[in-house]
Amino acid sequence: MVLTVEVALLSLLIALVLGFIGALAKLSKSRTANIIATIYTTIIRGVPDLVLMMIIFFGGQLLVNDIGYKLTEFSEEKGLPFNLGWDYIDISPFIAGVLTIGFIFGAYMTETFRGAILSVPRGEIEAGQAYGMTPVQVFFRITFPACVRHALPGFGNNWLVLAKTTALVSVIGLQDMVFNANQAGGATRQPFTFFFVVALLFLVITGVSDIGMRWLNKRYSVGVRRA
Amino acid sequence: MDFQVIIDNLPLYISGLWVTLQLVAMSLVLGLLLSVPLALAARSSNILISFPPKAYIYFFRGTPLLVQMYIIYYGMAQFEAVRESFIWVVFQEAYWCALIAFSLNTAAYTAEILRGAMEQTPFGEVEAAKACGMSKPTMYRRIILPGAFRRALPAYGNEVIFMLHGSALAGVITIVDLFGAARIVNSRHFVPFESYITAGFFYLVVTFMIVWLFKIWEKHWHAHLRPRESEEAKKPAVALTPGE
Repeated sequence: MVLTVEVALLSLLIALVLGFIGALAKLSKSRTANIIATIYTTIIRGVPDLVLMMIIFFGGQLLVNDIGYKLTEFSEEKGLPFNLGWDYIDISPFIAGVLTIGFIFGAYMTETFRGAILSVPRGEIEAGQAYGMTPVQVFFRITFPACVRHALPGFGNNWLVLAKTTALVSVIGLQDMVFNANQAGGATRQPFTFFFVVALLFLVITGVSDIGMRWLNKRYSVGVRRA
Repeated sequence: MDFQVIIDNLPLYISGLWVTLQLVAMSLVLGLLLSVPLALAARSSNILISFPPKAYIYFFRGTPLLVQMYIIYYGMAQFEAVRESFIWVVFQEAYWCALIAFSLNTAAYTAEILRGAMEQTPFGEVEAAKACGMSKPTMYRRIILPGAFRRALPAYGNEVIFMLHGSALAGVITIVDLFGAARIVNSRHFVPFESYITAGFFYLVVTFMIVWLFKIWEKHWHAHLRPRESEEAKKPAVALTPGE
């Protein structure tokens, strides 16, 4: 369970960073940034996460090694003073899992953050500009604090789906609790017991997150009128 | 990149796609049938009636589909009673286990969507139904359910896409669906990039088709919510909504 939580939290961090970059890219005036961000979110959200994980885990490994070998060859051919001397590297399932899940949920976060940033009243941003703040200052002092409240519900949903998606890392061989339950269940001939306990542990994770989200929601909605 | 292998194995992918579509369609139908009584029961004011469906929805929405599938496929074999009864024929087959897991899972999500949609029924509609002297079943049949189905349509479209993506898990328990086909091609020829990208491409196409289908349905069933158009602008819209 510790490993599952680790994978989930680390990939959440990556997803948050990618989500912010993606949202800013989608909202920016640059056409190239727009197109890249749109392709990213469309493809990621249109293909199953399991398939993406396989592409990044197996394909990414091939790609990294290919580039490494090519670079070594290149430096040997040209007699460059440095030599990479590339050796085949294995990307650990842990890193591959974290990167993949972070990459996938970065796309979902992009959509959430984009909507949240759009819901900040235009006047507040203009007021900031009128005070002579730079665009960076406007973002960190006005847009960001104001959009957190709007982003929270979507963020909470994404987090719950992300936590459940971590179960997939067992398929690429990472020894998380699903993987271990599979092994233990096979060895003891009590697969139901072990998988059921895993299901309950996931319920604990989602239940605790639910309570945490409610608390955060309360905190960031201070001063908001409710009907 | 060597796509010759993929072209040679195209029939495998097509048959995999067929299995995927079959699994998704059947589990969606079964899940929808299950979800309506679940959602109705979860709304009951009697806690004895509303608790079991609520617990069911909480369990299936709070745990990963992979674990649910493992519980049904591997877990059921633990019980001798299951292994010795006639149901074992069903639980022995990976295909049926996947179908059961997917149906139960999507039933929980759909029930939650429907419950939310029913909760949003405008008070006025319910009051009007009561004023007309409708009994509760009649009110549900004529007023609440039709409105709820309409409101649930966009969220249900998302659920259908999630189900399509979730169905890739069937490939993990030896079923040769679209993902299973990619797995086989990869293990035979070791072409991880090409094999999985091809599967991803097929999934992407199906996803787009689902999105497009739901757009048409929304246009039809949410016609009353659209701003009124002028006669000129109306013409193409009519062609897109058959049955009107």
